[in-house]
Amino acid sequence: MKIKQEAQERHVLTIMVDNEAGILAKIAGLFTARGYNIDSLTVADITDGHDVSRITIVTHGPPAIIDQIHAQLERLVPVHKVTDLTEVGPYVERELALIKVSGKGENRVEALRLADVFRAKVVDTTTSSFIFELTGSPDKIDSFVGLMKELGLVEVGRTGIVGMIRGASAA
Amino acid sequence: MKTERSGAEILVESLVAKGVEFVFGYPGGAVLPIYDALFGDDRIRHILVRHEAGAAHAAEGYARATGKPGVVLVTSGPGATNAVTGIADAFMDSIPMVVITGQVPTALIGSDAFQEADTIGITRHCTKHNYLVKDPSQLAGIIDEAFRIATEGRPGPVVIDIPKDVQIAQAAWSQVAPQQRNRYNPQVEAPADDIAQAVEMIAAAKAPILYTGGGVINSGPEATRLLRELQKLTGAPVTSTLMGLGAFPADDPAWLGMLGMHGTYESNMAMNRSDLIVCVGARFDDRVTGRLDAFAPNSKKIHIDIDRASINKTVPVDLPLIGDCAKVLAQIIEGWLETGRTKADLTEWNARVDGWKARQSLAYPRRKAGEIMPQFAIERLYALTKDKDPVISTEVGQHQMWAAQYFHFMKPNKWLTSGGLGTMGYGLPAAIGAQLGNPDSLVIDIAGDASIQMNIQELGTATQYRLPVKVFILNNEWMGMVRQWQQLTYESRYSNSYSDSLPDFVKLAEAYGWKGIRIEDESQLDAGIQAMIDHDGPVIVDCLVAKEANCFPMIPSGAAHTDMILYGDEVAGTMDDEAKALV
Repeated sequence: MKIKQEAQERHVLTIMVDNEAGILAKIAGLFTARGYNIDSLTVADITDGHDVSRITIVTHGPPAIIDQIHAQLERLVPVHKVTDLTEVGPYVERELALIKVSGKGENRVEALRLADVFRAKVVDTTTSSFIFELTGSPDKIDSFVGLMKELGLVEVGRTGIVGMIRGASAA
Repeated sequence: MKTERSGAEILVESLVAKGVEFVFGYPGGAVLPIYDALFGDDRIRHILVRHEAGAAHAAEGYARATGKPGVVLVTSGPGATNAVTGIADAFMDSIPMVVITGQVPTALIGSDAFQEADTIGITRHCTKHNYLVKDPSQLAGIIDEAFRIATEGRPGPVVIDIPKDVQIAQAAWSQVAPQQRNRYNPQVEAPADDIAQAVEMIAAAKAPILYTGGGVINSGPEATRLLRELQKLTGAPVTSTLMGLGAFPADDPAWLGMLGMHGTYESNMAMNRSDLIVCVGARFDDRVTGRLDAFAPNSKKIHIDIDRASINKTVPVDLPLIGDCAKVLAQIIEGWLETGRTKADLTEWNARVDGWKARQSLAYPRRKAGEIMPQFAIERLYALTKDKDPVISTEVGQHQMWAAQYFHFMKPNKWLTSGGLGTMGYGLPAAIGAQLGNPDSLVIDIAGDASIQMNIQELGTATQYRLPVKVFILNNEWMGMVRQWQQLTYESRYSNSYSDSLPDFVKLAEAYGWKGIRIEDESQLDAGIQAMIDHDGPVIVDCLVAKEANCFPMIPSGAAHTDMILYGDEVAGTMDDEAKALV
């Protein structure tokens, strides 16, 4: 017997939750307990009173499972609203990365030149290294990191994405 | 009037305010302040169990038999972890329950203190919601919300973890109900358009079937009444899951019996051949559907469920109706009557159903003279107790399925069983809880010789509170369902399924102050059952039954509804890996 694989879709979900103790564990744990995937997860409180947090989760799975994830999340008492950005229409997704590159001579100049092309900011520098700050879609960050590999990439830190629906209305 | 009260006192006052009659619990270090607050308070009756799992199952039994939430009180660490099985059981079967757990003092949390366990972490995915209370001033509001969450929407267990210092610390408290956070508001009614579509679909069906579940019972007596009304209006036959037995009377001609793995031939065939399934408060569990790609292939499906996450979870449906069973059934009936629908001509469909009934799938062979077939024991138990309208609980295994097949239920809240989690050891404590909630009823735990030993210590609880609970053991000296699967799937290699070193159940009963009765021969069966009924006190009946009887009909793992094994069929001794890998 072999384990079968199903076709997968990538979805971006935003979740508004009560900012109470254990809520992150509850949401992350729901994914592990039910065998769902988390590609990235970001969370921060977004209200003046610090009582509501916005979570962005990138997940993948067959369409039926994505629908289940949506329903299971909504079933949690502290969850106010779940929006599947991928489902509701055009949306923006952005991620921030810090990328450390070390090198001298031609590589260093090339790294700086590419950073300029990608509109990355230099946030730290020594005579032999840079830390670049880059914001953009995950693809853009992937390709920048790919280029830096040839030029002395030391380490990468990424935030995971936050997403928002395009247009005037809220998710 | 506002006064200062300790957290423990606020808890007790809040439980009284919620109308709690019984608390099922077991004391320990981290709940001593609560036990002190309960001391001498006669507004709440504390039922001292013998093991915390017993407390949780007793609360479940009480809840299932009365429709009211069950309340559990246990200490930190092992008290909480012992209760987890019952909490998970209540979660799977949607039983309203509020569990109060003690916790080590706030300052010691995370320090691996004595009897510390991360109760909130452990119960996170087997509760509807849980709380760690850090301030006694929040307690009244939390308890209020906890009861709402436990009982509204799809019911379930809620855990409130209270550190010992929070039980002792003082906070302002007033008689006035606390300000409520209004964040839990499940949808209870379906949109009118969807109702109109449902009425249209039901009216157009040539081969409809009502597939009902525990949700009908959770919704309350009104849902049961409306289900009967809808059946009368439409003429559709009715089948039910294990959890839904009693929602529709088993003596009605439209009743097909239970469906699923050990369901009747007619119910499974009718599901498979139907052109419309109206699922009312059931969830297309794997024990019901069998092989998914062969499940009711030509039917449209309407799914009434209060839990949106149950929709399309395993079986895609054509029309979801999210809401409370009673409300949605009332909407459908109203829509049906308003549009002047009449019963469709189901003559042909009924004739096919009668054809499947004629297979008599619950027929079983008699063996050698005097030997008691377990099915027959249940039939006699039913015949001799039905006039008393008994409450039946069960453990888990063959005896549970036989009870579901051969004991017949006319009313809701009479059938208490662990369906989703399948917890052996559920039946005895559940019977205790049910008896407390129904002091004048005949309450019988139909048990197996293996299951009954899982919470046998609760015999002492029944003795202490003078509860006349009856335990009817179908003793075949096997973990019968395990043995049956090993026979059918593993070429009769009976690995560790023999109940060796069984106690003498009659002597055990007597040791606990119960009456013990042994039935060894079919000729003693009726007299033994009658003696059990007549005894004013708790009784264990050790009924020795045919040792290797199998529970049929059976849809083997990985098979379709149409591939049922009936008594007398040739049974192959093995299965392929795909089938073995299914639960």
